[in-house]
Amino acid sequence: MSEALVVDGVRKSFGQLEVLRGVDLAVEEHEVVCLIGASGSGKSTLLRCVNLLEPIDEGRIVVEGLEITDRGVDVNRVRRRIGIVFQAYNLFPHMSVLANVTLAPRLALRMPHAQAEAEATTLLGRFGLADKRNDYPDRLSGGQQQRVAIVRALAMKPDLMLLDEVTSALDPELVAEVLEVIRELAAAGMTMLIATHEMSFARDIADRVCFLDEGVILEQGPPEQILSEPKEPRTQQFLQRIIEAGRL
Amino acid sequence: MTSAGEGRRGVTVAVLSTVVFFTLLAVAITHAPGWPEVRRTFFNWNQFKSSMPEISRAFLLNVKIFMIAEAFILVLALLLAVVRSLPGPVFFPMRALGIAYADFFRGVPTILVIALLGFGAPALQLSWVPLSTTFWGIVALILVYTAYVSEVYRAGIESVHPSQDAAARSLGLSHWQSLRKVVLPQAVRRVIPPLLNDFIGLQKDTALVGFLGSVEAFKQSQIDAAATFNYTPFVAAAVLFVALTIPLARFTDWLVLRDRRRRQAAGA
Ligand SMILES: Nc1ncnc2c1ncn2[C@@H]1O[C@H](COP(=O)(O)OP(=O)(O)OP(=O)(O)O)[C@@H](O)[C@H]1O
Ligand SMILES: [Mg+2]
Repeated sequence: MSEALVVDGVRKSFGQLEVLRGVDLAVEEHEVVCLIGASGSGKSTLLRCVNLLEPIDEGRIVVEGLEITDRGVDVNRVRRRIGIVFQAYNLFPHMSVLANVTLAPRLALRMPHAQAEAEATTLLGRFGLADKRNDYPDRLSGGQQQRVAIVRALAMKPDLMLLDEVTSALDPELVAEVLEVIRELAAAGMTMLIATHEMSFARDIADRVCFLDEGVILEQGPPEQILSEPKEPRTQQFLQRIIEAGRL
Repeated sequence: MTSAGEGRRGVTVAVLSTVVFFTLLAVAITHAPGWPEVRRTFFNWNQFKSSMPEISRAFLLNVKIFMIAEAFILVLALLLAVVRSLPGPVFFPMRALGIAYADFFRGVPTILVIALLGFGAPALQLSWVPLSTTFWGIVALILVYTAYVSEVYRAGIESVHPSQDAAARSLGLSHWQSLRKVVLPQAVRRVIPPLLNDFIGLQKDTALVGFLGSVEAFKQSQIDAAATFNYTPFVAAAVLFVALTIPLARFTDWLVLRDRRRRQAAGA
């Protein structure tokens, strides 16, 4: 098996605050890795670094054999191969669903209009959004908006998808429909790195779970092991708090 | 009481209080000791009628100045705003230049810019420099208003949340593509009301070009007033300006209101 993503000794500070203190992580092709950790532990920061939305201070990140943190790489090219979905959806409010999805293929991949629309329509249909293609984002429910955001990222045919707590802004009854989409992606073999607070979802979908703590990956392994019998005391504490909050 | 009843009562009260207010004002003015003289020199109906055609014709020049200047201002101000939003140290000189420009032209009184350009540029006697005062008046208005309008655009650009740009960039769009397709369309939509406000200011300031000698509505009324020793032509010019600005002002209010309603509807 080859590695889709290698994160090697990555450090990242915001001013005085060192958020990532040497993160090492590898994701293999078709693997689904869940990142768990307390709020503020740096999950979003790590994902943003992988997508080059934040410059790193030290270390390197390699995607499909290409060192993307090398100076001189074309960041726009790199980002086309990596899809990211944010907690707050970040759809473009002034565009229809279809325009949201076709924008990047048309501009960044120079795909002909008709082809972009045809592919977008197929993707929207696959995720139950066919009848929403002409709606504007503010007419959609949160779950629908998040599914559109996922489709928008998929339209670029990325090698790797980064999902940042894609369900935490959703009402509980809307979480399931989005998780269903992610399950389907996993089943289709998409390589994914997922930051999540949904432990049961992580147990269900992840090939591997990584616990991020104080800027390093403290412990990782198969979900049953990390979530049921973690070795590290800090992982145990974290899971204890989750259980007390009724989220496991 | 029903809200419809309240609405009807509200209208009645508004009409009554307006009538009372203006009646009192009219009585106060017409009973002032100098009123007969003021009425003769400012509100002479015959004078009004005879000067109106010529002033209307001159007013077409104001409209022309306005339209030409506005077309340039809308584009140049957007460019200036975009330059000032460029990220990174490489663009520091351009940003600094943009700031200096905006500070300068917002700081100097419009009439001074018009005078300096209108009298100064032709005095250079360069063959390729136009001599037309109207031309230099328009240039001066463009320079001044571009500084104001670029601030309006800039506020719009800054009001678009950075996560929108992040989303666009994360999809592989370049800085320019993101700016053009994602940030600017949202920014411009938000600043249409303040933009229209600046239009209104510009419409009025076209009268300043008359200072250079171009015969626009104000200059024409000045000429008429001097010839007849009567100030009614000024009132005629004022009526024309107001007739053009009121629709624009009401349109702006309507846009603001519609926008607020829409946002409230979206928030509900
Ligand atoms: N742009 C930024 N500037 C300054 N500090 C930042 C910035 N982004 C994140 N931080 C800080 O970095 C730390 C890690 O933030 P991050 O968003 O990565 O955490 P997280 O694990 O995703 O948390 P959550 O579970 O709440 O989403 C936090 O203390 C946060 O305040
Ligand atoms: Mg986060």
